[in-house]
Amino acid sequence: MSQALPNQLPPVPLDEAQQQRLRKLYTEIRCLVCQNQSLADSAADLAVDLRHEVQSQIAKGSSDEQIKRWLVQRYGDFVLYKPQMQASTAILWAGPFVSLAIGGLIWRTVQRRRSIAPSQTSPGREDQMQRARQLLLADDDEKGR
Amino acid sequence: MTSELGHLALALAMLCGICLAIFPSLGVWRRDARLMSMASPAAYWQLLLVLLAFICLVESFISHDFSNQLVANHSNRDLPFWYRVAASWGSHEGSMLLWILMLAAWTAALAALSGNLPQAMRARVLAVLGAVSIGFYLFALITSNPFDRVVPAPINGRDLNPLLQDPGMVFHPPLLYMGYVGFAVAFAFAIAGLIEGRFDSAWARWVRPWTNVAWAFLSLGICLGSFWAYYELGWGGWWFWDPVENASFMPWLTGTALIHSLAVTEKRGNFRSWTVLLAIMSFSLSLLGTFLVRSGVLTSVHAFATDPTRGVFILIFLCVVIGGSLSLYAARAHKVHASQAYSAMSRESMLLANNIVMVVAMLAVLLGTLYPLILDSLDMGKISVGPPYFDAVFLPLMLPALFLMAVGPLARWRDAPVLPLVQRMRWAFAASLVIGLLLPLTADSSYKPMTALGLVMALWVAGGVGLATLENMKSPSGGIDVSRLALQPGSWWGMQLAHLGVAAFVLGVTLVNSFEIEIEKKLSPGDVLTIDDRLSLRYAETSSRQGPNYEAIQVRFELLRDNQVIGELRPEKRRYKASSMVMTEAGIRRSLLGDLYISLGEAVDGGWVTRVQKKPAVNWIWMGVLMMGLGGFWAAADARYRKKRVPSSNTTAMDVSSRSGEVSG
Amino acid sequence: MNRWIRAGLPLALFLVIAWFLLKGLDRNPREIPSPLINKPAPSEVLEVLDVLDVQSQALRVKDLKGQVWLLNVWGSWCSGCQVEHPLLNRLAAERLLPIVGLAWKDAPAQSRDWLSRLGNPYATVLMDLQGKAAIEWGVYGAPETFLIDKDNNVRFKHVGPLTADIIDKQLRPMIEQLKH
Repeated sequence: MSQALPNQLPPVPLDEAQQQRLRKLYTEIRCLVCQNQSLADSAADLAVDLRHEVQSQIAKGSSDEQIKRWLVQRYGDFVLYKPQMQASTAILWAGPFVSLAIGGLIWRTVQRRRSIAPSQTSPGREDQMQRARQLLLADDDEKGR
Repeated sequence: MTSELGHLALALAMLCGICLAIFPSLGVWRRDARLMSMASPAAYWQLLLVLLAFICLVESFISHDFSNQLVANHSNRDLPFWYRVAASWGSHEGSMLLWILMLAAWTAALAALSGNLPQAMRARVLAVLGAVSIGFYLFALITSNPFDRVVPAPINGRDLNPLLQDPGMVFHPPLLYMGYVGFAVAFAFAIAGLIEGRFDSAWARWVRPWTNVAWAFLSLGICLGSFWAYYELGWGGWWFWDPVENASFMPWLTGTALIHSLAVTEKRGNFRSWTVLLAIMSFSLSLLGTFLVRSGVLTSVHAFATDPTRGVFILIFLCVVIGGSLSLYAARAHKVHASQAYSAMSRESMLLANNIVMVVAMLAVLLGTLYPLILDSLDMGKISVGPPYFDAVFLPLMLPALFLMAVGPLARWRDAPVLPLVQRMRWAFAASLVIGLLLPLTADSSYKPMTALGLVMALWVAGGVGLATLENMKSPSGGIDVSRLALQPGSWWGMQLAHLGVAAFVLGVTLVNSFEIEIEKKLSPGDVLTIDDRLSLRYAETSSRQGPNYEAIQVRFELLRDNQVIGELRPEKRRYKASSMVMTEAGIRRSLLGDLYISLGEAVDGGWVTRVQKKPAVNWIWMGVLMMGLGGFWAAADARYRKKRVPSSNTTAMDVSSRSGEVSG
Repeated sequence: MNRWIRAGLPLALFLVIAWFLLKGLDRNPREIPSPLINKPAPSEVLEVLDVLDVQSQALRVKDLKGQVWLLNVWGSWCSGCQVEHPLLNRLAAERLLPIVGLAWKDAPAQSRDWLSRLGNPYATVLMDLQGKAAIEWGVYGAPETFLIDKDNNVRFKHVGPLTADIIDKQLRPMIEQLKH
């Protein structure tokens, strides 16, 4: 069986800032033929092609948003590793923080319910008092009082 | 014959599991001591039989028995010896057998070491473990038999996936499964306690060392998995928030909450509901992980190639175990209530916050992992949720936990007034804030707030450990006496080591993410690539190499500092003969200060597109997790757990220690 | 009351999760729906591609306007394409609609050879040597087949080899409907 043609296009020249943008973008775009890898890590043919496409677009002056929109128009939301903020992902993005807030509320509520006033005596002495009381009570029980 | 023998042994082991589940339970119900005492022999026989089955499988691999289907699909005549052994668990069926072996081992260990546990409790716990194992036996024997034959037997096998032909494969699954399965012990104790309606501090004292050991194993397993992926996959990443990685991380998060919650239950009798729930959750998440990895529901580079029919089976199993245990919890939770009051600022309240944060973090990871599935099931389209999401969400969630990590160990039980705490910690706080905020200024690159934040948190946690150590070295006369540290129990040492490990981990992650350098360039023989103002790389030569079952093209790079050769790196491209798969082997130069990481991309007339990464302090990531795991083992080895104690029904939740104002862990 | 809610919450949460997992079992996580369905087809990118010289009277892409047609993405390096090819040959013989072939990242000599061995069902074969046109169509794995209507909208996409089932149960009815 023959091999698919490798990508023969010359690499697109980019300056340092563009290269940084490029690397960050790669981590946000999914390689569609791989088992869960980004464009940054994949060696697949399609990934090579897509990387070249992204490079050309950066060179042409497209913004990150425009590039992502371009990809989504052709491949759907699946191609982005960072889910876009839309109605269907509201729970996804808000969920963790709402949970944390709820968790905080639960903490406050439990605190109020369980709370004792910060004691004036040292905790050690408190415990010893409790122990003494217990022993006295046990002693009473034994002696049938 | 070996496969048939193994098959028979496995079936007989299941019978032992059934006996283990039924007879001791009957014994508890009818107060029959003889029935209850059947637990031990059943557990021991189970282990022996499973071990026999396992040895049969391993033997088939070692001796190239290609009539066994697993060996035919996952091994090869040229496969080196130890990888043949590892290949036994390199498939879905084989790894299930490993699970079963671990479960049998933990059950037998519990049977052997639980002599001083009340007989009824002991019988219940072992019965629960037996019942859980039945599910696994049924799954293996019905849907995933490791001993299936293939007729006619091929002359040679299809080889183990080259990605798995690595020492990592020998250690990573066993370590990981020791952790997953270890949580079954805490689970069994939780169920037994719920049935009995009783959770005193003796119960907690019992469960703690087992849970610490399980958690430690899981930590080491995850650490090794990350380390292995780093050098094996060839792109320099160490965590991808992949569904399978998340499947191991979620039980770790609740497991962390569990070991902390157990401390409260043991010492103060509080948090019983939390502890029971966390024990159930941790094991449930282990089981959920099993489902996610093997059902084909999620895409992952680590997933086994399996089919949805197996998924249905596991799902039913999940519903029985998790649904059953959570129903039991719902019904009996009210019997588990705590007793001791504590003030709004106390070690208890901080550990409560820790419990909450860990559970929220786990839920966040669960949400992100399952969200694509959820949307798809609702016909709302297909999306991907990857590292950019998890990184953005997870970090803020962890900040409260990191903050508490330094304060908690210094806070008193029951009541820890804020002012004295702030007083004690003011220098540590100031130092970590100042150093953390100012240190990034010394670097060449632009100032990133995230770097400062990471440094502050790492220093804060380390500062907390330092402060706790210092305070425990103070002698009553006011001087410093280092030998006083020897008074501290193993659990205290374990805690400090583990927390220090967290600081190391945070430091490693911060430095790598902030100061990593990546260069990708086409290089040919003779080219010199400048990495930074002192380091450069020279492409010395290309050569070819023969491995035991692969051919490799190797490029030798010379590393130059100030134009002097200080070392060399040899990245490779390997073609494995049996599968024709091409693997990228990275060339890595490791040191405490960081790694230099080189991998080869595409071959381009005469040279290679080379990716060079400089990763400062990356090894602190794994060293930190290693410290966490060692801390867990150390805490479990605390002598207190090994003292023979007569279990007394009069033991109240408040085991008052003779040391007043006990501050140690 | 509050206590029961708190105690039952974990169970409730698990049941919700279990329900989703059950639904998820008969979904394929690797199958990506095309965002081009019922949207205009990017046919203009096909017009600039070179035509493979395997037939004298190749159809021109411009002539497809106003027709219902099929686009099949394939390559001689693709084993799935070999599996579905006889079905395409049979479909072409019925002269139901024009089938346009997009040779994706395939060396022309290999494409020619493959077609001469296995038959040529295509009204025209366009060569996408660099893969740019395929990306415009959202192609990620050969073979892929698109059905385009008279107004140049994509109405159907199938990823993977075509089967008799798919052709008879899904493609044919749709072609019928679109033609009238």
